[in-house]
Amino acid sequence: MNQNEFVLMVAPFKDKVFRLAKRLLVSTEEAEDATQEVLVRLWSKNTALAGYSSIEAFAMTMTKNYCLDQLKSKRSGNLKIVHSNYTDSAPTLDKKLEDCDSLNWVERSISLLPEQQRIIIQLRDIEQYEFEEIAKMLDMTESAIRVALSRARKTIREYMTKTHNYGII
Amino acid sequence: MELYKVETVLERYFEGETSIAEERELQDYFATQQVAPHLEKYAALFNHFAVAKEQQFEQEMPLFEIQKEESGIKKRNLGWLSIAASVVVLMGIGTYVFYHSEPVNNSKDLGTYDDPEVAFKETQKALSLLSKNVNVGIESVKYVEEYQIAKNKVFRKTKNKSRGI
Repeated sequence: MNQNEFVLMVAPFKDKVFRLAKRLLVSTEEAEDATQEVLVRLWSKNTALAGYSSIEAFAMTMTKNYCLDQLKSKRSGNLKIVHSNYTDSAPTLDKKLEDCDSLNWVERSISLLPEQQRIIIQLRDIEQYEFEEIAKMLDMTESAIRVALSRARKTIREYMTKTHNYGII
Repeated sequence: MELYKVETVLERYFEGETSIAEERELQDYFATQQVAPHLEKYAALFNHFAVAKEQQFEQEMPLFEIQKEESGIKKRNLGWLSIAASVVVLMGIGTYVFYHSEPVNNSKDLGTYDDPEVAFKETQKALSLLSKNVNVGIESVKYVEEYQIAKNKVFRKTKNKSRGI
């Protein structure tokens, strides 16, 4: 497989990889790094790729694992002077402006979910994969995914209701 | 989509039982402007999903892919080059040794003379040269003889003394 073929093959799902990485890692730069890393790893597997039934599912699994590894290593390195996705607790002007935007409330409520549920929401509600595909990517049973998804959606609904009624989380 | 249908689908949505098609319908419904007031709070959620799907990976594909491929070829070439070079060097040394050592091995004639008179003269010359050089060596050895004499005197004296005591 030469490079052009690889680029063509990767084109339909590289955005999905990026969005999943961003959902998990929060910062755009880190998500970009993760995407590149996943693409490079795919490229290095080049010849072995033919053996996989769905390269897209394989890439998504790879992304999930890579991002979770990244998060784990970040957590273990507790004392770090430079950490890339910290949040400023004091509300800045643009933060206040953003808070008015209810789309952002959704983003925030999703980011409060546990990682597993975040991945499932991302894959199902945003990328609209079938349960069967998600099950393959995450190595879970479909019913387990349905349960986690329902839980995640209900949690988000709770946040949304609170925000809608009182304007706070 | 009718309101009652939306409500039932929404209920199933939160139970995680809807299909992709139904979820698309929900998204389409909330994307329109006429959303029932009590469902308004969900509009943000579904609109967010649509927005989030628009995000794209804007960076270029990692360029080092090409470099990697090229450097791989280069490395392979270099490997073959070093092997080829070492073979050439070994061949060179081999042929040099082979061709230059043969005459040495084969030269068994040591330059003999056919005429006995000339041979006699040459032998005398060679022997006189040898004896001269040997004499040069012996002259320097005479000094050593002096040491030997001196040493013998000293040791004899010490022997006598020790006997005397």
